[in-house]
Amino acid sequence: MAKIDEYLQAAGPSAIEELKVIASRLEGRTILNVNSTAVGGGVAEILSRMLPLMTELGIKPRWELIKGGEDFYAVTKKFHNALHGARQELTAADFQLYRDTLKANMETLDLDADIALIHDPQPAGLIDKKPAGAKWVWRCHIDLSNRQEDVWEFLRGYVSRYDAAVISAPSFSQELPVKQFQVPPSIDPLADKNKELSDAEVSDIMRRLEIPTDKPLISQVSRFDRLKDPLGVIEAFKKIQPYVTARLLLVGGSADDDPEGSQVLAEVRAAAEGNPDIIVLCLPPTSNIEINAIQRASAIILQKSLKEGFGLTVSEALWKGKPVIAGAVGGIPLQITHKYSGILTRTVEGTAYWMKRLLHEPAYARKLGENGREHVRENFLLTRHLRDYLLLALYLESGGLDFIHL
Amino acid sequence: MNGKPAEPFKFRTRLTLTEVTGRRALNIAELLEGIKAADDAVVYHHTHRFIKQSHHLVPEGANDFAYWVTNTVQADRLGEELTSIDIVRYNSLAALRDAFVRMLERHLAENPGPMRTVAPGREFHFMRAIRFSLPTACAATDYESFIDCLRNVSASSLYLHVFEARLRPPYGVDDFSHWFKTNFGDEAVGREISRLDPYSYTLEGLRRRIIGIIERRLPEVLHG
Repeated sequence: MAKIDEYLQAAGPSAIEELKVIASRLEGRTILNVNSTAVGGGVAEILSRMLPLMTELGIKPRWELIKGGEDFYAVTKKFHNALHGARQELTAADFQLYRDTLKANMETLDLDADIALIHDPQPAGLIDKKPAGAKWVWRCHIDLSNRQEDVWEFLRGYVSRYDAAVISAPSFSQELPVKQFQVPPSIDPLADKNKELSDAEVSDIMRRLEIPTDKPLISQVSRFDRLKDPLGVIEAFKKIQPYVTARLLLVGGSADDDPEGSQVLAEVRAAAEGNPDIIVLCLPPTSNIEINAIQRASAIILQKSLKEGFGLTVSEALWKGKPVIAGAVGGIPLQITHKYSGILTRTVEGTAYWMKRLLHEPAYARKLGENGREHVRENFLLTRHLRDYLLLALYLESGGLDFIHL
Repeated sequence: MNGKPAEPFKFRTRLTLTEVTGRRALNIAELLEGIKAADDAVVYHHTHRFIKQSHHLVPEGANDFAYWVTNTVQADRLGEELTSIDIVRYNSLAALRDAFVRMLERHLAENPGPMRTVAPGREFHFMRAIRFSLPTACAATDYESFIDCLRNVSASSLYLHVFEARLRPPYGVDDFSHWFKTNFGDEAVGREISRLDPYSYTLEGLRRRIIGIIERRLPEVLHG
């Protein structure tokens, strides 16, 4: 795992110095994280990279996993979907199963810590066993703006007893009797998906993937899902083809285990059929360096989502200093200020217009990319994420002061 | 110059944690009500944070209220007026809040008709800034070491000492001017710095400008 000083170049010396000062005020404190999985998923990925940094900074992080049977995860999956706005039927037995599983976990988990970050709905009910004097934070990674009422009311009973809640974007906030803080997710600049690559490394990977680089490349890296609008991307690209020399690359997973994804992929392939300048590429889920190289080889990166959670793939693209054209949905407008650090669009026509414009005005496109990278440096790197958690811990320890002098 | 050894200038920096109040505005009347109810932490978040966040972009003379009114409500005239409120000329956040309130009240009085309500998802979210003040490793005892520090401190530190300092005693005076005046009897640095406008530079541009001001004083200071 990377050491804190390895982030100096990406985050800047001030950011690292600040982290060390803040952490020194929390030296020896135990910060417990509880979630439902050790591998896979954004939360586990962030924790596995963030917790070693906490240790290096003199804090004692702990990580506990909630355990449950398949039936429990079936219920929490329904919770998850319902909170995202996809209607689910939940029975009294489902809610009881949740209570029983949480109760069993309370008997086995070590919840002793000065501060606890409890991630998402699965472990939320552990609040019943919060130790006296500890500060507990419910960390919600889900967009709650279209949540299903009964599930939210059930969870609200638990969440209302925390010391604070943390959400990723202001639009995700809910009426709660506890304070809510905004801590956006982050990317790790040293992870394979984002680390610096030399031109030679990029060229090698592009050659290996058989992606020609003789024309400017416009790429969208996203699973084949209607909400990512790959067909809209192709339609927009076809509109500009008479006026530009460029190639479109759509990269996603194979969608083998996802019937709807397979259907979308088939439609995408049909739409690209016979057009030599549209490439559709399926890569295995471990292709992090490949995606990094593709983004670095691109002239423009698209994320034409119709609906999005936070949409952190936008920050990944911006981090490569590339001009990004993205749908103005979910957390994307927090990452892109239109015409300053990227382009926000709402239509196929708008996407086509801006692709053409950026291809024709490379100096402006370059400036957007530079601004976007700086915006990510300030706001969406792992070091800022860690800093926010530590500031929150200090705030809770202060008893809730608005102004804290360290 | 008064010849006394200088009290070191210890550079500090400012970090914030963002609290989401849950209060939203869908139109200008709701924006006004929200600003009226806003405490210092809310006013700070939507005025001072904005400049810092945009410091790497082109200079942008605005605040969150002006940005939302201009770009989302698309009330261009009001947006322009709100943009013109010069946040660093106010000696308290309450006075700054009152300036926004007066401007919005006048707008509503002059435009009594139906008002535009923005689409769901494009609301104004009122937030609060929990402010943290931190020490840095930089300290200066003379002009040269001050310039060295200026080259190394973060943009947030620069912002804290030049603009935010005016919100606390001695009101209306930035920390740099105060230090040069009280330690070296140098009022020329202060005169120049007090004329700096956060809207006219990116913070990196501002850094270069302040370094330039102090560098120009160096020959005079060194040779008496």
